[in-house]
Amino acid sequence: MTWMLAAEEGGSNVLRIPMFEFVIGLVAFFIVFGVLAKVALPKIKETLEERADAIEGGIKRAEEAQAEAQRTLEQYQEQMAAARAEVAEIRQQAEAERATVMEEARKAAEAQAQQIAANATAQIEAEKAKALADLRRSMGGVATDLAGRIVGESMTDDARAAAVVDRFIADLEQASPNGGQN
Amino acid sequence: MQGAVVPMSEVEPGCHLGSGCGFPAPDASIFDIEPYFGNFTKPVFLLLLGSLLIIIFFLAAFRRPQLIPSKLQSIGEMGYLFIRDGISREVIGKDGDRFVPLLFSIFFFVWIGNLWGIIPGAQFPVNSRFAFPVGLAITVWCIYMFLGMRHQGPIKFFTNMMFPPGMPKAIYIILAPIELISNVLVRPVTLSIRLFANMFAGHLLLTVFTVAAFYLASPSVIGILGSATSFLMTVIFTAFEALIQALQAYIFTLLTAVYIAGSLHAEH
Repeated sequence: MTWMLAAEEGGSNVLRIPMFEFVIGLVAFFIVFGVLAKVALPKIKETLEERADAIEGGIKRAEEAQAEAQRTLEQYQEQMAAARAEVAEIRQQAEAERATVMEEARKAAEAQAQQIAANATAQIEAEKAKALADLRRSMGGVATDLAGRIVGESMTDDARAAAVVDRFIADLEQASPNGGQN
Repeated sequence: MQGAVVPMSEVEPGCHLGSGCGFPAPDASIFDIEPYFGNFTKPVFLLLLGSLLIIIFFLAAFRRPQLIPSKLQSIGEMGYLFIRDGISREVIGKDGDRFVPLLFSIFFFVWIGNLWGIIPGAQFPVNSRFAFPVGLAITVWCIYMFLGMRHQGPIKFFTNMMFPPGMPKAIYIILAPIELISNVLVRPVTLSIRLFANMFAGHLLLTVFTVAAFYLASPSVIGILGSATSFLMTVIFTAFEALIQALQAYIFTLLTAVYIAGSLHAEH
């Protein structure tokens, strides 16, 4: 069977479409298309996608690693800043604490020093009083003894003896008003 | 009848300038080749052989594809990427990837069919037989219509093509029928005739120079110069044909992609 598309005169009409050629052309094309579309091309498509994945994946992974590094750096810097702030705070606290401690210690020391000074003064006063009392007693005894021997009059009468000693000491103090420390 | 031009079909063999016969001008009869048997003509045989070679080559190239390709696979991949990136993605876009097998098959089917025109021994472009481009063009037309009606709606597809937006209303009186005729009727015709006519003319041209080189080969100055020139022209036009063959396969595939793109989304 033949389709005649153009005028039919002449032995060879190039626009004639022989049914056999038309059909076998289509059959051949669809066989080629079927085999390529079903067997050959899906494989290469997959491979090309894998390759693109491998390349793009590599780039992506590198980018991810970079982002990760960036994040880590930022985290580290944040931590560093926090640590520095903490250190500064601790130092400030320590400074304040030190000041307080020193103040306290100074005060305690001062108080202690005052205490010691006061104690010493009191002790000295006591010693002095005691020494004076001793001196008065022994000197009184010796003096009254001596005086009694010289005067021949008993100086054992306490009241009188005390009066004499007092007068004597008063004389002594008057005789040396500046350096009269014994 | 020296110097006269006689149809090739009426020339006896062994005819040269000076041997008393006219120039056996090649005519359309050179495209009607006696079948080997039944309907099995040379173009049919070459068509089937070409189809077989395409299948064998790409099965071999893509049989076990590797991430790092072998030489054969690399060559096959070049073809694949040429169709996918150079035609499909360029024209249709990323969602055209599902049409790559179709475009790929069309390109290589047409190209190998054309290529027989310059393969020594074969020397007949399959697509110079009108039936083959017509079959392909009708296939493309069916796909175009089917996709268009499915993606844009059976009526919308035609109204979209007839009434491209952004025109003055009056223009549509002229534009609508032109668009309809040009898209629905003219496209498959031009698609098939463009391929057929290029291959037909190319083969005719090559035959003219080949026959001339043979006919003019005779012991005379004109004969030798003419024969040599004709032979040179044969060589030049063979190289030129190689270009045209690939170009026509490319155009056929590209236009198929353009039609598919137009059917997926309203044009303009």
